[in-house]
Amino acid sequence: MTTLHDTAPGRQIPDRLQSPLQRRLKSWETLLLLVAIGIFVANSFASPYFLNAWNLSDATFNFTEKAMIAFAMALLIISGEIDLSVAAIIALASTAMGAAMTAGAATPMILLVGIGTGLACGAFNGVLVTRFGLPSIVVTIGTMSLFRGISYIVLGDQAFRGYPSDFAFFGQGYVFWVISFELVLFAVLAVIYAVVLHLTNFGRAVYAIGNNATGAEFSGIRVARVKFILFLLTGLMSGIAAICLTSRLGSTRPSIAFGWELEVVTMVVLGGVNILGGSGSIPGVVIAAFVMGLVTFGLGLLNVPGIVMSIVIGALLIGVIALPRLWSKWRAA
Amino acid sequence: MLMQAGSDDNAQTLTGPVLSLDGITKTFPGVKALDEIRLDLHPGQVTALVGENGAGKSTVVKILTGIYQPDGGEIRVDGSARRFPSPQDAADAGITAIHQETVLFDELTVAENIFLGHAPRNRWGLIDWPRMRREAETILRGIGAQVDPDHPLRDLGIANKHLVAIARALSIDARVVIMDEPTAALSHKEIEELYELVETLKAQGKAILFISHKFDEIFRIADRYTVFRDGQFVGAGLIADVTEADLVKMMVGREVSQIFPKRSPSIGEEVLQVAGYAHPTEFADIGFRLNRGEILGFYGLVGAGRSEFMQALFGITKPSKGVTKIDGKIRVIRSPADAVANGIVYVPEDRGKQGAITALPIFQNVTLPSLARTSRRGFLQLAEEFKLAREYTRRLDLRAASLDTPVGNLSGGNQQKVVIAKWLATQPRVIILDEPTKGIDIGSKAAVHDFMAELAAQGLAVIMVSSEIPEILGMSDRVIVMREGRIAAEVQGDDLTPETLVRHAAGI
Repeated sequence: MTTLHDTAPGRQIPDRLQSPLQRRLKSWETLLLLVAIGIFVANSFASPYFLNAWNLSDATFNFTEKAMIAFAMALLIISGEIDLSVAAIIALASTAMGAAMTAGAATPMILLVGIGTGLACGAFNGVLVTRFGLPSIVVTIGTMSLFRGISYIVLGDQAFRGYPSDFAFFGQGYVFWVISFELVLFAVLAVIYAVVLHLTNFGRAVYAIGNNATGAEFSGIRVARVKFILFLLTGLMSGIAAICLTSRLGSTRPSIAFGWELEVVTMVVLGGVNILGGSGSIPGVVIAAFVMGLVTFGLGLLNVPGIVMSIVIGALLIGVIALPRLWSKWRAA
Repeated sequence: MLMQAGSDDNAQTLTGPVLSLDGITKTFPGVKALDEIRLDLHPGQVTALVGENGAGKSTVVKILTGIYQPDGGEIRVDGSARRFPSPQDAADAGITAIHQETVLFDELTVAENIFLGHAPRNRWGLIDWPRMRREAETILRGIGAQVDPDHPLRDLGIANKHLVAIARALSIDARVVIMDEPTAALSHKEIEELYELVETLKAQGKAILFISHKFDEIFRIADRYTVFRDGQFVGAGLIADVTEADLVKMMVGREVSQIFPKRSPSIGEEVLQVAGYAHPTEFADIGFRLNRGEILGFYGLVGAGRSEFMQALFGITKPSKGVTKIDGKIRVIRSPADAVANGIVYVPEDRGKQGAITALPIFQNVTLPSLARTSRRGFLQLAEEFKLAREYTRRLDLRAASLDTPVGNLSGGNQQKVVIAKWLATQPRVIILDEPTKGIDIGSKAAVHDFMAELAAQGLAVIMVSSEIPEILGMSDRVIVMREGRIAAEVQGDDLTPETLVRHAAGI
């Protein structure tokens, strides 16, 4: 490396001082992976039932549906926006599928209705945010009540039941041995989102917008278009999650997926995505999904009640976020 | 020892410096920002602190105002050693600073802004509103500001806000006033008013530390100078004893022979034609033509609508009407993306917010508008990106540790080079530079000017918005003067004199 005081014109600046591998080893994802392994080991000592292929397979259902939404949510949060209506979109999409089923639709039609509802809800959020310039947190808190409200109006205290038997595959089917359809879908989506975010021009635009939307606009990026697509994607993922969840439960109630939006956001933030936008990665979110799944499952095996589980998840989130910051502060002081 | 200091004290209140720094050293991880520097400030005199960006001027200001603690050396007030562990201690010692961008609060009144954090209290410990209003009025009158202390700040114009910032600095009973680039955001008339204010403060016996990149200012109002280079003290003395060339030599450590490059413009065919651009509030009836190889200067006072018009041309502000023709064909530009696609690019004045994405590495900033070219079917090609970034950063002689460094870690001048590199990589037809050398040091300034000349020589059409008359005169082939959102005059050839420009800009 040349010194900073070298004044020869046109001198070569090295591309990188640190290889991408070096950087990755020091990253958040590495720390999170160690946490995941730690929890896995602790669980296998804590309960004799933990290291069982079918039990572990069951455990993946704790996070697969939420993680699908978390991938799209990660992109949205990196771009500096947020969508708190995702769980409500699940409710509305599930209700729409139930209505279609009641009207006699076959499975392909039900799937289309679920995906279509998700896309429509995402487009609605996207238009309100990008066209009218409203803050996404306010818009999606509003649509959160709106979408789920429609479900309550349609269903009241009733439920849609009696989905066709071939519809059950999406939430209950296994592709191979203990590998469920949902797990495969999760893996495929993880790869797709990782590629989109980390290897494409679109992903680069997402980072640029999240770091400085004005600067991105001034650099010729169509900021509103990118953000609209991101809202569309979160809607689409919520629609797909609605299909999986409805299929797994076999029924639709208006309270379906209640409170999931916070778990999805928790997963994204735990995965190292900056809640203020600008940074984060899909591998981080994937590992965070496993961490949350393992914790929930491990505590479940130990018969810990649900309310304590949410306390543990909350403590985990705060701990994992706060510790590295405290650590670097101590070192600096 | 104590006795001696005391007797020195008496002598120094008459003749010696009110504040002196002796052997101050400040080290940051990996950088020695200040290396045993000294600086004396005398009562009733203006001392100009001169140096390139990175010379250590801002660090000195932060040490004087108690934000940073020195690692070594002594701060003496009236000859006795003092320490400023916090900004409050510096204020108590009578040191106040008018910063480049003082933080003010739009929703508070003028008086509240002035006394925020040190409002006068009544005997119950509550804010003494009548006294605060009275004192605010006195301070404002003292600096010649025609502002009502009860007015909310948001209703004030930029110039008056600046006066409020100054009033805020003077609201503590200051003996030492630090002015850090006070004229950077001011128009011609406001700068004159500021000079008068400096004279008033001098007459009151205050010691003034004046930091500026502009030599005409320094020679106009300073009595003394101190020069830093790379964190070291280079020299000090009376302004009357030196020339501009002496100071420049001390600053850069070498002679800077000419400030503006000599050009022999070869002006080609017409590239851009703008007609009838109008906006409901910012500008009206803007039209001009621009040729290949030409540098067209846009001069005017701050608020004349130059930046607003340029941003409309670049597709950011929506004009109410207007036609853009490129190579004689009408082009519709509704967004920066459209502008870039049509070969028009814009280097904004506000580098940190609009120009660069400071958290992203250099190479990603450079390739951002060119991703379509460096990628394959929408997939990033890092090797291609680095190649493009290497090529253009080398042409601009960028100084950086690596291309993977975040742009925010670079100096102002180098950030500007990254923004220009980003646009050149798109191979534009027309480049608009908005105050391209504002706030960057003299070395980088010369590099930007040279490069601008080179671009024009290669056939690019250049529009340069600048409020600095020497820059406008030194660089432009033709100058459009704007006043209150309209074109006041188009000047070229022998008419290009400071007097003509100022006359048209002010409407005299």
